[in-house]
Order: sequence, then C-alpha cells, then structure tokens
Amino acid sequence: MHEWSIVQGLLEAVHREARVHGASAVTRIRVRIGELSGVEIPLLEAAYQTFRERTLCERAPLEVLGVPARWTCAECERPVERGGWLRCAVCGRPARLTAGDEIVLERVELEIPSAAETAAGEAS
Amino acid sequence: MCETCGCGDPEIVPVEVQQSLLAANDRRALHNREHLRAVGCVALNLMGSPGAGKTALLESTAGAWAGRHRLGAVSGDLATDRDAERLRLAGIPCVSITTGQACHLDARLVHEALHELPHDALDYLFIENVGNLVCPAIYDLGQQANVVLVSVTEGEDKPLKYPVMFRRADLVVVTKTDLLPALPDFRMDALRENLARVMPDPACLCLSARTGEGLGEWLSWLASTRLSPNAPGERSSHTSGFFTTM
Repeated sequence: MHEWSIVQGLLEAVHREARVHGASAVTRIRVRIGELSGVEIPLLEAAYQTFRERTLCERAPLEVLGVPARWTCAECERPVERGGWLRCAVCGRPARLTAGDEIVLERVELEIPSAAETAAGEAS
Repeated sequence: MCETCGCGDPEIVPVEVQQSLLAANDRRALHNREHLRAVGCVALNLMGSPGAGKTALLESTAGAWAGRHRLGAVSGDLATDRDAERLRLAGIPCVSITTGQACHLDARLVHEALHELPHDALDYLFIENVGNLVCPAIYDLGQQANVVLVSVTEGEDKPLKYPVMFRRADLVVVTKTDLLPALPDFRMDALRENLARVMPDPACLCLSARTGEGLGEWLSWLASTRLSPNAPGERSSHTSGFFTTM
C-alpha cells in the first residue's frame, strides 16, 4: 500500500502550492498516473479520500489521468508494440519507455480570498 | 471574475504544477547516490518476493569473497532482525531497518541506516529490500543498479505479473536452480521469454546459493559494476549483452 505514501506526498505538494498562493481552499486536483508507474489508481483514490479529511483539500475532487505505456525504439524512434518482445522490429535495438511511468501532480485549482474578503477578515 | 464585479466572492485560480510526487524521495536518493559514489562504494538494491533467496545469495557472496572485498548491507524487514543477524554471521556488517507495516524501503530510511555503517570503507553496499514484488520498485534509494531475484519455485510467469518491478531490473537472478530436478514442469526458456516482454534488454543469470552453481557468473557481474557506474533505470553498458542469452 505505497499509495498511502504517494498521497501524503500529494497533499504536501498541494498544500505547499496553497500556501504560496495564499489560498483558503483547494477546489480541484489533477494528477497523471502512468500504467507502469506502480501506482494503482483505485487505491490512490481510496487513500486520498481518507487523507483529505480536515485539510484544505476536503472539498477538492481528485481527477486522475491514466497514461498508457508507450515504447519506442531507442535508436530509430519507431513505436514498439506492447505485448511482444520489447525490441524494435526493424533495427532490433532495445525499446525505451517514452510514456507510462509518471506519477505527476499536474495542476491544482485554488480558492483565493478576494481583497475585499481579506480586508473584512482583518478588520473583524 | 470577483475582482471585476466586486462581489467579494473568493477567486478560483488554476495553477500548473507538473511535479513528480516522488520528488522528495528522488532528492534524497540523489544525495545518497552522490555520497556513495564519492566514497567509491557500489550500492545495489536487491528486490524479490519473500523467500526468493536474497539473504542466501549475500551469504554465499560473503563466503566467496571473504577478505577480498569490503561488503556491507542494509536489510529491510517488516518485523524482525533475522536477515541482518544471518548476514552478520556471514561476516557482512549489516544494519537492520524494521519497517513495521511499511512495504518498502525509501531513500530516507537508507540514508539513516548509512549513518550506522562504515559505508565510506566499503566496496559494495547491498540494500536488501523488503520481500515484495510490488512497492519497492518505485522508490529510488540511490543505488547504482537494481537486482531482482526470482526463484524457480515461483514459476515462469512472475515477470508478466509484476512488469513494473522487472522493468526496473538491471539484472535478474534466477535462484534455487538446485531444485529444478523436483520441478519437471518449470521451463527456463519460458521465463526468459517472459522477461523479454517486460524488459527491453534483459540481463539474466541463474544460480544456486546452496550448491554454488552459477555463483561465479554473479561474482563477475558484481565485479563489472565497479567498472562503469550508471544511473538507475538506465540500461548499463556493462550489462548490455553481458549475460543475455535472448
């Protein structure tokens, strides 16, 4: 269940962005998870539901973009089909993974208090 | 919008981040790697199922290389110190990392363990990861190469079931070959075929820690790692074609 560690890292990164931008809440999070990243998306989502409680992310849905593995020849850059030997059918060189191992926080949507709201808060 | 209409509602602002969620671990791993390289210590991350033979392989290595190379180990274990005790008995200074319920080692745990080892006086540091073919694969520890062990009793299909782990391997060691006479259905060629479907340039060797068969090939591979340091995840020039039979 390393997905729990991944989600802790996710929340730390999101909270850092929220702090930097002076956000009062996070309204949306989008991550990109590769097929060969070793992260199971349903487990990641379940862990997120647990950890987001009582944080700035409490109301933020987690959007997960799954990325299929893509292999290409390291030499001639032709695509190499999955399922078979991971070698170029033309030049015989070993393939290289060009997509599908990412675990990336893409973007967040932050709720930033307006200047009027901040001023009212400070006055009270 | 709120800024223009003056309603006082909070503003929703999208922020592009594009940051790896393993960034903190990767930074610590880089620190470990740079430090180990600076002191001339080759660090190898040994991964495999529980019972694949990681500790036995290190015991045999210590036996074969006694007095010739300075070996050290960090051993990850959920609940006991048993592997570390076995390694110490075999003459390998070893620090045990008891991970509790955590299923993998990470760069921070290895870094802390390094403080307890004379790592600057070692030729090789073996990081014996927690027995698990899933979680340890994604955490860079600062190793120079990943070695994945699979025993013949686990069957030929392990690479297809755990592609994430095998893809990260710089070397696959097939262990317990002394048991092959008791496993008439096991097909080594099928295992090699399956490795080629998940590893672009599979380097693989077979051995028995019990009989010593194939151990020489493992020791040659170990020696070759001192010649060409490589980054993890990259195919190292020294393994390319070195023991490949596919």
